[in-house]
Amino acid sequence: MNVPDDLLYTETHEWIKREGENVRVGITDHAQSELTDVVYVELPKKDRQANTKEAIAVVESVKAASDIYAPVKGTVVDANKALESNPALLNTDPFGEGWIFVLKIDNANDLKQLKDAAAYRKQIG
Amino acid sequence: MIPFGGWLMPVQYNSIVEEHRAVRNNVGMFDISHMGQLIVDGRSAREWLNKMLTNNIDKLDVGSGQYTFLLNEHAGIIDDLIAYRIGEEKFLLVVNASRTDEDLAWLDRHRSHDVDLRNRSAEFGGVAIQGPRVVDLFHRLLGDDVDLPARNQIVDLKLEGMSLTIARTGYTGEDGVEVFFSASDAPKFWNFVLEKGEKFGIKPCGLGARDTLRLEMCYPLNGSDLSPERNPIEAGLGSFVDLTKPDFIGREVLLRMKKDGPREKLVPFRMKDKGPPPRPHYSVFNDGERVGEVTSGTLSPSLNWGVGMAYVSTPHAKVGSKIDIEIRGQKFPATIEKKPLYKKS
Repeated sequence: MNVPDDLLYTETHEWIKREGENVRVGITDHAQSELTDVVYVELPKKDRQANTKEAIAVVESVKAASDIYAPVKGTVVDANKALESNPALLNTDPFGEGWIFVLKIDNANDLKQLKDAAAYRKQIG
Repeated sequence: MIPFGGWLMPVQYNSIVEEHRAVRNNVGMFDISHMGQLIVDGRSAREWLNKMLTNNIDKLDVGSGQYTFLLNEHAGIIDDLIAYRIGEEKFLLVVNASRTDEDLAWLDRHRSHDVDLRNRSAEFGGVAIQGPRVVDLFHRLLGDDVDLPARNQIVDLKLEGMSLTIARTGYTGEDGVEVFFSASDAPKFWNFVLEKGEKFGIKPCGLGARDTLRLEMCYPLNGSDLSPERNPIEAGLGSFVDLTKPDFIGREVLLRMKKDGPREKLVPFRMKDKGPPPRPHYSVFNDGERVGEVTSGTLSPSLNWGVGMAYVSTPHAKVGSKIDIEIRGQKFPATIEKKPLYKKS
C-alpha cells in the first residue's frame, strides 16, 4: 500500500500536505482500497470554518457513506470540483487528482498532532 | 469482513461493482453457507406447514419449491424463505441466517405431535452460482448430458465424490442455482467451481454485490425491507400469500388488510438526478410532508444511478408519484417506479 513519506496522516485515513499557510487534504490509498468504487463526493463549501476532527465532507461508495474530517482547525479555501463529475479520481489517484479540499490553517502547531508516514504505516499494518 | 447473522462475511472480495457485473454478464459465486436449513418430516408435514406458511404448499410436487412467508399472529413477517418438497411428506426450508433460531422456536411452539423438525444448518455448506453463463459452467462441471433442474426445482447429484443438492433459484434476477453440500466439502467445492469457472469469467461475490443485484430486481431483504412489524401485503408480496387457504397464521389480519388497504406500501424509486445515493432510514417527503422511510438504497451498478425501496403512505405510493429523499438535511427529488428497477435489455 502506498504511504508517501512527505505527507502527514490522521487516524481516520486522511492525508495532509503542507502548502505554506494551507494544507491540502485527501484520503489515503488504504482508505480508497477499503471503500472501492467511490460514486459520490460531497465537498465542503468555500469559507466554511471547521474544527479539528469535524466532519466536513462525505465520500460515498456503492455500499456506504463515510465522513471525511478536518485534520486541523481552519477555513476551507478550495474544494476539488473535479470530484463532482468524476468521483472515481479518489480511487485512481488518491494522493494526486483525488485531493478533496484545501484548508487555511489557524495554528501551524496543530499539525504536530498528526501522524507521520511511519506511524500511519504502523496503524494500517 | 462484517458480522452477519452470527457469521463473518465479506462485503466484497475485490469490488462490489466488478462482482455485480460478473453476475450480470458472466457468472458469480456467493457463499451462502450462513443460510439455515430446516427439515420438516412426518405424517402430517404438508398439512401442518400449510398452516404455518402463507403460500400454498399443496401446489408443490415432490422436487419443487416456492417462496413463502412465516408470519406471527399479527401477520408480521418472522421470515421469508423457500420451502422445497423433497419427499411425499418431507420438506426442506431454506431460511435467513439471522432468523433461523426464531423460526425454529416459533415452529417448535406450534408443532404438531406427528411432525419432526430438525435444524440441519450446521451440517450444510452452500453457494449461490448466478449469471447468464451458469448453464455452460454446469455442463463443464457435470458433463454435457446432465441438465440443471428447471426453475424452482431441486435435485440431488454427485460431483467428484461430493453429494450436492441443487435448486434452480436465486436472488439476483439472473439465471442461477443454489447448491448445498456437506459443510466439510465446502472448500473443495468452492475451489473446484472457481477453477472450472475461470474460462467463464467467474468471480467470488460478497454481500455488497448480493445487495445491489437483489435491489435492482426489488427482491426484499429481511431485516431491512421485511420485519415482524411489516406484513406481505404492505411489502407488495401478496402473490406469495394464498388467502383462499382455509387456515394459516396471520390470515385474518391479511384478509382485513386486503379489504381496507394497507396504510403504507413498499415501493421502488429512482432518483431524478445524479447525486448522492439513497440509503436505509432516509426520510421520504411529498410536498414538505414526511410520508415514509427508505428501507434499501444504493447506487445501482447496472444503471449507474441512485435507486431504492421505501415504505410510503398509500396515497403517495403510486407509480409515477414524485417524492423527495432527504439526504443529510437536503431534499433530492425521486420518482416511484414499477418493479423491477432494472430490466435486461
